[in-house]
Amino acid sequence: MADIIVPALQQAINLITSGDPEVYATVYRTIYVAGLGTLLACLWSIPIAVFLGLYNFRGKWVIKGIFNALMGIPTVALGLLLFLLFSRQGELGFMNLLFTLNGIAIGEAILVTPIIVSFTANALGSADSQLRDLARTLGASGFRTNLTLIRETIWSIVLSLTASFNRCFGELGIASLVGGSILGETRVLTTSIAIWTNFGDFSLAMAYGIILMAIVVVLALIVSLIERLRNEDMGLNRLIFWGGLGGR
Amino acid sequence: MSVRLQLTDIKKTYRAVTALNSVSLDMMGGKIIVLLGANGAGKSTLMRILAGLEDPDSGTIQFNNQTTDAKSIRRVSTLVFQKSVMFSLSVYGNLAYGLKIRGVPEGEISKRIAEALEAVRLSGFEKRRAKKLSGGEQQRVALARAFLLNSNVLLLDEPTANLDPNSAAIIEKAILAKKSSSRIIIMATHNLNQARRMADEIVHIHNGEIVEASAPEDFFENPKSEVTRKFINGELDF
Repeated sequence: MADIIVPALQQAINLITSGDPEVYATVYRTIYVAGLGTLLACLWSIPIAVFLGLYNFRGKWVIKGIFNALMGIPTVALGLLLFLLFSRQGELGFMNLLFTLNGIAIGEAILVTPIIVSFTANALGSADSQLRDLARTLGASGFRTNLTLIRETIWSIVLSLTASFNRCFGELGIASLVGGSILGETRVLTTSIAIWTNFGDFSLAMAYGIILMAIVVVLALIVSLIERLRNEDMGLNRLIFWGGLGGR
Repeated sequence: MSVRLQLTDIKKTYRAVTALNSVSLDMMGGKIIVLLGANGAGKSTLMRILAGLEDPDSGTIQFNNQTTDAKSIRRVSTLVFQKSVMFSLSVYGNLAYGLKIRGVPEGEISKRIAEALEAVRLSGFEKRRAKKLSGGEQQRVALARAFLLNSNVLLLDEPTANLDPNSAAIIEKAILAKKSSSRIIIMATHNLNQARRMADEIVHIHNGEIVEASAPEDFFENPKSEVTRKFINGELDF
């Protein structure tokens, strides 16, 4: 094992420092699909989560249960389904999304929808009920009360988005089936790892793995740093989160 | 003109539990009405109904002789909770919340907040993070936040529970300073000494029913109800 990891570490450093455009392009493509996938998912997931988290209706537990269950959906199964839909004979073939980065991003967005919905709905649902009462007794309308509760749980929402981004970032099934891992076009970090493993170049595969892990760890550290600053510095809160939601 | 709040035959049940049963009260501005009662007597339920956070199952609430519903009563009342609740904002942000909703200009907000903080002896606390203040300080911020709205009905649910004597004294003094003919102050407590110090009228609630409503002297010296006499003497079995 050590005879693979040490050369892999050296190779990872070489890959990063060599300025190989394909390496940087692969990292860029990975960030692009993960970022776009998470952003797309937000468009529908956050409204669904707000509805599930803040409103009570009959059968709500069933819907929440379905979203919880969908968090464990096999990415290969979802990738296969999307491959069939996006293929030329598929129902969505006219959109020309097969073997494109946007196709991968849409797949990733569908994949992380249950994560964002479940985590955000649970965070909103578990917000201190007295906060809702407080907002109402201070004169807030129903809409303003909901905005306040979203602001109060914003950090949980940010964490769910971070988890979703990481899920997209390290996902293989959709990236390989929908993207096809075309060199210079749709190859991302995870499909690079798979390709080089299949070719028997474990050291290069491991090097790509190390780059992937390094980016995930750096992102996690940045999020932790922001959380720490948020706890200590009101100025940062104002700058990042509160300004747009009527806080100070 | 003095404000008036009348409750007539208010009933509230939660599943099989009767929280309030035929509660009727007539309250006038300029007075502090203290609700006394043991835990679970129905004080907090009555407070929540008066704050417009819950509807009674039956009965009517009239404010200045106009029948009102939960939404309308929220416009004239403000509740300070027993456990102080703070938004994840600065003290200023917490205090400004209700004023911004009411469209008060920013310059006016700053001025009023400075005055309100002075009233609860927290001048200069504007930029402090509210959730990081001590329990006593948070409760004083909660009180200042309620004072700022100048509501006609100020509801205080055990505002000094679990506070040190100094914080409690500051809060009591600030409450007394808010007495006005345009304001009814209703305070729930189970602290008999506090009731004696603060109340213009004491209402004793037991098992969801009003068993005694009288001036402090009569309440403590000559209670009409046997339940109240036992409550004052600490002999009441729950």
